[in-house]
Amino acid sequence: MPRITTPGAIAAQRSYGPLIWDAIAAIIVLGVIVVLGETSASLVEPLSQLELTPVSLDPSNLAEYAARTTFRMLVALCLSLLFTITYATLAAKNHRAELLLIPLLDILQSVPILGFISVTVVFFMSLAPGKVLGAELAAIFAIFTSQAWNMAFSFYQSLRTVPHDLDEAAQSMRLTAWMKFWRLEVPFAIPGLVWNMMMSMSGGWFFVVASEAISVGNTTVTLPGIGSYIAIAIEKRDLAAVYFAIGTMAIVILIYDQLLFRPLVTWADRFRPEQQPGVEPPRSWVLTVFQRSTLIRIGLKPLKGLWESTFKLAATLPAAPAKSMWLGRDRTINVIWLGMLGLGVTYTIWSIVRFVVPAVSLHEVGWVAVLSSITLLRVVILIALASVIWVPVGVIVGLSPKLTRIIQPIAQFLAAFPANLFFPLAVVAIVTYKLNPDVWLSPLMVLGTQWYILFNVIAGAAVMPRELLDAGASFHVGGWAWWRNVALPAVIPYYLTGAITASGGSFNASIVSEAVSWGDDKLVAHGIGSYIADATAKGDFHRIVLGVAVMSVFVVILNRSLWRPLYHWVETRFRLD
Amino acid sequence: MASPELLEIDHVCQAFPKAGGGELVVLDKIDLKLREGEIVGLLGRSGSGKSTLLRLVAGLARPVAGSVRYLGSRVQGCAPGIAMVFQSFALFPWLTVLQNVELGLEALGLPKEEMRSRALSAIDLIGLDGFESAYPRELSGGMRQRVGFARALVVHPNILLMDEPFSALDVLTAETLRTDLIDLWMGKQLPIKGMILVTHNIEEAVLMCDRVLLFASNPGRISAEIKINLPHPRHRTDAEFQRVVDSIYVAMTQRAQPGAKPEGDRFPILTLTSQLRHVSTNILSGLIETVAGQPYGGHADLPDIASTLHMEIDDLFPAAEALQILRFAELSGGDLKLTNLGMQFANAELADRKRMFKQQLLSCVPLAAHVRKVLDERSSHVAPRSRFADELEDHMSEEDAEATLRALISWSRYAELFAYDDHTRRFTLENPT
Repeated sequence: MPRITTPGAIAAQRSYGPLIWDAIAAIIVLGVIVVLGETSASLVEPLSQLELTPVSLDPSNLAEYAARTTFRMLVALCLSLLFTITYATLAAKNHRAELLLIPLLDILQSVPILGFISVTVVFFMSLAPGKVLGAELAAIFAIFTSQAWNMAFSFYQSLRTVPHDLDEAAQSMRLTAWMKFWRLEVPFAIPGLVWNMMMSMSGGWFFVVASEAISVGNTTVTLPGIGSYIAIAIEKRDLAAVYFAIGTMAIVILIYDQLLFRPLVTWADRFRPEQQPGVEPPRSWVLTVFQRSTLIRIGLKPLKGLWESTFKLAATLPAAPAKSMWLGRDRTINVIWLGMLGLGVTYTIWSIVRFVVPAVSLHEVGWVAVLSSITLLRVVILIALASVIWVPVGVIVGLSPKLTRIIQPIAQFLAAFPANLFFPLAVVAIVTYKLNPDVWLSPLMVLGTQWYILFNVIAGAAVMPRELLDAGASFHVGGWAWWRNVALPAVIPYYLTGAITASGGSFNASIVSEAVSWGDDKLVAHGIGSYIADATAKGDFHRIVLGVAVMSVFVVILNRSLWRPLYHWVETRFRLD
Repeated sequence: MASPELLEIDHVCQAFPKAGGGELVVLDKIDLKLREGEIVGLLGRSGSGKSTLLRLVAGLARPVAGSVRYLGSRVQGCAPGIAMVFQSFALFPWLTVLQNVELGLEALGLPKEEMRSRALSAIDLIGLDGFESAYPRELSGGMRQRVGFARALVVHPNILLMDEPFSALDVLTAETLRTDLIDLWMGKQLPIKGMILVTHNIEEAVLMCDRVLLFASNPGRISAEIKINLPHPRHRTDAEFQRVVDSIYVAMTQRAQPGAKPEGDRFPILTLTSQLRHVSTNILSGLIETVAGQPYGGHADLPDIASTLHMEIDDLFPAAEALQILRFAELSGGDLKLTNLGMQFANAELADRKRMFKQQLLSCVPLAAHVRKVLDERSSHVAPRSRFADELEDHMSEEDAEATLRALISWSRYAELFAYDDHTRRFTLENPT
C-alpha cells in the first residue's frame, strides 16, 4: 500500500523530477525510432522507384533527404565500429596477424574513396538486383571506407598502450580474455575511439556527394539524399538550392552533435584515467536526461543483465595463462608465415602490374607520378599558408579562456562541416573572373581541413603551463622572441597533430576539389585527384587502379618518411616534462 | 609440528634475452618457503629482482628454471588463492570503489547478491564505508590503496602479495595503513593465511614481517635471511627494534660491490664496463657535508643518517656507494666514514671541490677516463654517445647502460671534465663559450 504521509516540497520535486526526465527521454527515443523506421522502409523499394521519383530541388524535400543521408551515415558508423572492434583487436592480439593487418590498414587509409566506389559499386548492385538496397549498400560501403580506418588505428593504438599495471591487475584477478576486453581494454580505448568517430563523421560528410550520386562509367545511381540534392543543384546551376543545402547541412550537424556526439564525448570523459588540468569536463543535456530517466534505466536493465551474464559464462572458461618471457620460440612458423606474406604481396603487386601494364604506357605511369607531385606540392604550400594564418590566431585564442570558449566550438563545427558544399560558389567566382584553375582551385583542398590546425593549436595554447607564461612575462620576453621561445615550442606538438590530420585530409580532398563543375562549366586543375576523378567518370578501370596505386604509395611514403619521424622528433624535443 | 607450507619456491631463475644476444639473469636460484600465519618480507634495492620474484609467485610470468609451488601444485598462470596489491594501486579509473572491488568476484562468476554482500563486507573491513560510489580519481592515495587491499581481500585468497604497497603514499598515510593492516592480521580478521611484502624500506620490513629476506643485485639473489621475533605491536623507538634495523644495515653494507673486486677490503675497483648509478652531485655534496658536520664528525651510522635526512635505501645506498667509488668515504658495518679526501672536500670552495671531483672521477672511474682519452685523441674532440653505449651494452642491459651514461654525463658536467649535447647525442670537449 502506498504511504500517504505528506511529502513536502523536496519530496515532491523528487517525484516530479524523473517524470520530466522520462518524458524528454521518451520523446527523443521515439523520434529517433520513427525517423529510422521510415527511412529503412524505403530500402526494399525497387530500383525503378528512383527514376519514378527523381531527386527534386524543392526545399520541402530537404528534411527527408537529410534524414536518409543521416541514416546512411549512422549505419556506416555502426559498421565501422564493428570493423574496428574485430580488425584492430585481431591485429593487437595476434602478432602474426599484426604483420599483415597493420600495413594493410595503412594502405587502405591512403586509398581515396572514389577508388573503393568504382571497384565495388557493381558488386553491391548485384547483391540485391533491381532493389534500392543494392545501391544503398554501395553508398553505405563508400561512407564506411571514409570512416573506418582511423577508428581502427585508434583502437589498435589504445589496445597496445593499456597501462601495464592495470593489465597485471586484471590478470591477477583472473579476468578471462572476454572480461578483460570489455572491462579494461575497451573502456581504456573509448576516449580515443569517440574522438576518432567524430573525425570519421566529418570525413563521411565530406564525401556525401560522391557516395550518393554514384557515377562510374555507365553505372549511374542517384540515391535520395542531401548529397544527391547538391549534385543536382550543381548540374542545374541552382544557386538557391545550394544555399538551402548548406543551411540544412548546418542544422543536421548541429542536431547530430547535440543528440549523438556531445552525449558520447561527455560519457567517454569518465574513461579518462585522470582529469586534464585546466580543462573543463564536457557537459551534455541529452546525457543528463538519459541518466536521470528511470524509464531508460528500466529499458536498459535487461540488456545490461544479458551483457553481464556473458561474463558469468566466460568465468567458467580458464583464465589466460602467463606469457613466457621468451619470444620467437616458434621461429619456423614465423618464417613460414613471413614467406607466405611475401608471396601474397608479390602476387598482388604482379596482378596490379599485369592489369595496368597492357593498357597504360610507361610514359603515363611517369605522368601520374608527376601529377601526384603536383598535388603534393599544392598540399604542402596550402598547409604552410594555413599554418601562417592559424597558428598565431590559435595561440592568441587559446591563451584567453573567454575567447577559447567562443571560438573552439566554431572551429570544431567548421571542421565537421563538408566544405565541398561551398565549392560551387568558388567555381562561380573563378569562371566569372576567368582565374587560373590550377592556382585558384587549390584553396578548396584546405577549406575544410585547415580547422584541424586551428583547434589543435587552441587546445595546445590552452594547456600551456602558467609558470612558463609568467616566467616569460617576468623576464620581459616580448615580440618575436616571445613567439620563438615561449609560445611556438609549447604548441608545436599540438600543431603537428593538426597539420598531419589536415594534410592527410587535403590529399584525400584533392579528388573532389581538383575537378569541380557548375552546370556545364567544368574546371580541372592538374593533379592526381582530377586524374582519378576523370578515370572514374569514364569507367576506365586500368587508369583508376594506376591512379589509386600511385596515390597510395605517395601517401604511405609521406607518412613513413616525413610525418612519423617528425612527430617523434617533436615529441622528444619539445616535451614539457 | 611445523605449519604447513603455503608456498614453496625451489631454485627459481629468471632471465631476459639481451638486445645484443645472450641473456640477462635477473634472478638466480631463489629458494623460499611461506608457511601459514607468516609475513615474509623481500627487502632490497631497486633492480634486485624482488618484484620480479613476486610476479612469478603471482603467476604473471613464468620462470625460466626452477618451480613455484602453491599448496603443493605448480603455479601456472594466476592461481585462484593468490591476490596482489600494487604499488601504483592499479585501480580501474572508470569503475567506482564498489565496482572495482566486485570485479574480481565477477571473474569468479558469483551470483549478484553474493558479490554485493562480499564486496560490502570487504569495503567495511578495510575502512572504506561511505566511499562505495566514489571514483578512484576522487580519492586520496591512502583511500585508493585501501581499495587496492579490499579488491585483493574480497576473493578470500590464501596468500596476499604486496608490491611496495605503501611507497607511493606520504609518511603519515603509509603508517596508518600499515598499522591498520597489522591490527587486522593480528586480530585474525583477514581472510588470508600468509603475506609476502616487497619493500625497499627497512623499517617497514621490521615493523611488519616475521622474516626478512635480503636481496642483492646482479644477479638478483637472496643474500641473507633475518628472523624478527618481536611481538606486535612493534615500536620504532624500542631498543630491540633499533638493533634489528642496525643488523639489516650491517648485512646490506657487507655485500661485495657489484661487478668490482675489493681492494684491501676498503674500496671497490671499477672496470671500464662497471655499472654506475646516477646520484646528483648536490646529494653527494650534501651527504659529505652532513657526515663531516656535527654530531657525526666524519663518521655516521647509516640508520641514523637515513632518518635524519629522510632517505630510503634506494636513495641512501647509491649515494653512499658513489662516495665510496670516488674514495670520499668508506662504507662498512652499517657505517659511513669520510676519508681524508672527503673531509677536505667538505671544507673546500666550489672551484676546489670541482677540481677534486674531476681528479677522483679520472682516477677511480675508468669509463670517465676512457671517454676523456677518446675526446683528447680525436682532432675534432667530438665522439658520439652510441660508441660508448654499444660498449656498455655488451656487458649490461640497455637500461643499465643508459643509467650508467646518465651518471657519467652528470658527474662529468659537474667536474667540467667534458660536455655532452643531448640533441646531437655527442660528447664534446668544449663547453659553449
